[in-house]
Amino acid sequence: MSDDATFMLDGRPIRFEAGQSILQAALAAGAFIPNLCHHPEFKPHGSCKLCTVKVNGRASSACTTRARAGQEVASDTPELNRHRRTLLQMLFVEGNHFCPGCEKSGQCRLQALAYDLEMLNPHYEHFYPPRPIDASHPDVLIDFNRCILCALCVRASRDVDGKTVFALAGRGTAQHLVVDCPSGKLGDTDFAATDKAAEVCPVGAILPKRVGFAVPIGERPFDIEPISVQAAHAAHAEPRG
Amino acid sequence: MRHVAPTPPRRKLRVATASLAGCFGCHMSFLDIDERLLDLIDLVEFDRSPITDIKHCGPCDIGIIEGGVCNAENVHVLWELRANCKVLVALGACAVNGGLPAQRNHLDVGSCLARVYRDRAGGEVPDDPELPLLLDKVRPLNEVVRIDFFIPGCPPSGDAIWKYLTDLISGRMPRLEHPMLHFD
Repeated sequence: MSDDATFMLDGRPIRFEAGQSILQAALAAGAFIPNLCHHPEFKPHGSCKLCTVKVNGRASSACTTRARAGQEVASDTPELNRHRRTLLQMLFVEGNHFCPGCEKSGQCRLQALAYDLEMLNPHYEHFYPPRPIDASHPDVLIDFNRCILCALCVRASRDVDGKTVFALAGRGTAQHLVVDCPSGKLGDTDFAATDKAAEVCPVGAILPKRVGFAVPIGERPFDIEPISVQAAHAAHAEPRG
Repeated sequence: MRHVAPTPPRRKLRVATASLAGCFGCHMSFLDIDERLLDLIDLVEFDRSPITDIKHCGPCDIGIIEGGVCNAENVHVLWELRANCKVLVALGACAVNGGLPAQRNHLDVGSCLARVYRDRAGGEVPDDPELPLLLDKVRPLNEVVRIDFFIPGCPPSGDAIWKYLTDLISGRMPRLEHPMLHFD
């Protein structure tokens, strides 16, 4: 495999198209790299750092690093997976993530990655931050307790819906998701349940109302198959080279 | 599921179990190992546990604790088990991250008690010395003592508990994988 448009991921040759990131090329080839703030339809954000890989020995985010011929990329290594587990543990303790009481359980990417990386406990001291719930919108609920600041809703609302309903405000540990209107309530915006921003939340922060348990716990996507296996299947279902 | 027969240890291991701020669901799930309890009883003997009704823990090999820490009594029980058990296992969501009881953590305990007992019932907040004092926040076990192993789940399935315990008893590094590893 001395193809020009090929890099090596954990010893496996991955073909890429010009302009693709390492993450895009890997996912298209059915090689799963853990990721949370990535969405195939949006510009990369590079904030969750779950997709951190070693490119020619240097750590960088697979979602923001362009694939180049001849790169040696390491992803599924004990060292990187240990760092990823640590990142997940920090995300769990910074918010209020109680899976047994969450509608999103079994369909949540944060939880699915924790399963995949065998995170057995949150390890760090919990912040238990007091965060509100916004039920003002007739069709969509926001539970800020579970927001992981991936900014997918921000990007979807801005880039696809053309509404800028969401934004991230504050810095450091004070950073939080805000709704862009004077009252700060989702019900006072032009947000609609059909918006792209209503469907991209990887966790249980933005939830459509009245469908929470339409699929019973135990029969949900990540109950049935780990996220890494699903990613491989999704790649093979797509007619890509 | 791949069945791994536990290797019998040289002597019976002594096991203590306790439920702190939990619902006993994890203990019920533990009983869901069903007839494997008969296999287990060949390998272990129980010290302090709801199964034996022994009230205080002696020296043990394994301590299994369900539930988080919500009051002073929970802290003392947890300390007792930590002091007596070589290995301490946090069993279930509440023990691992506080779980359902920790949903009160954004509320002030004093105003909660006042609202329930004084404002609504028109009485006084109970202050019998027998009643353990509530902590201001419900905490997972590892925020109070060192915990060696964690079995998440609400509750963890009988199969997961069996797999984990038999790994532990046989001296293997316990491991839970899909589909036994779940948080709900």
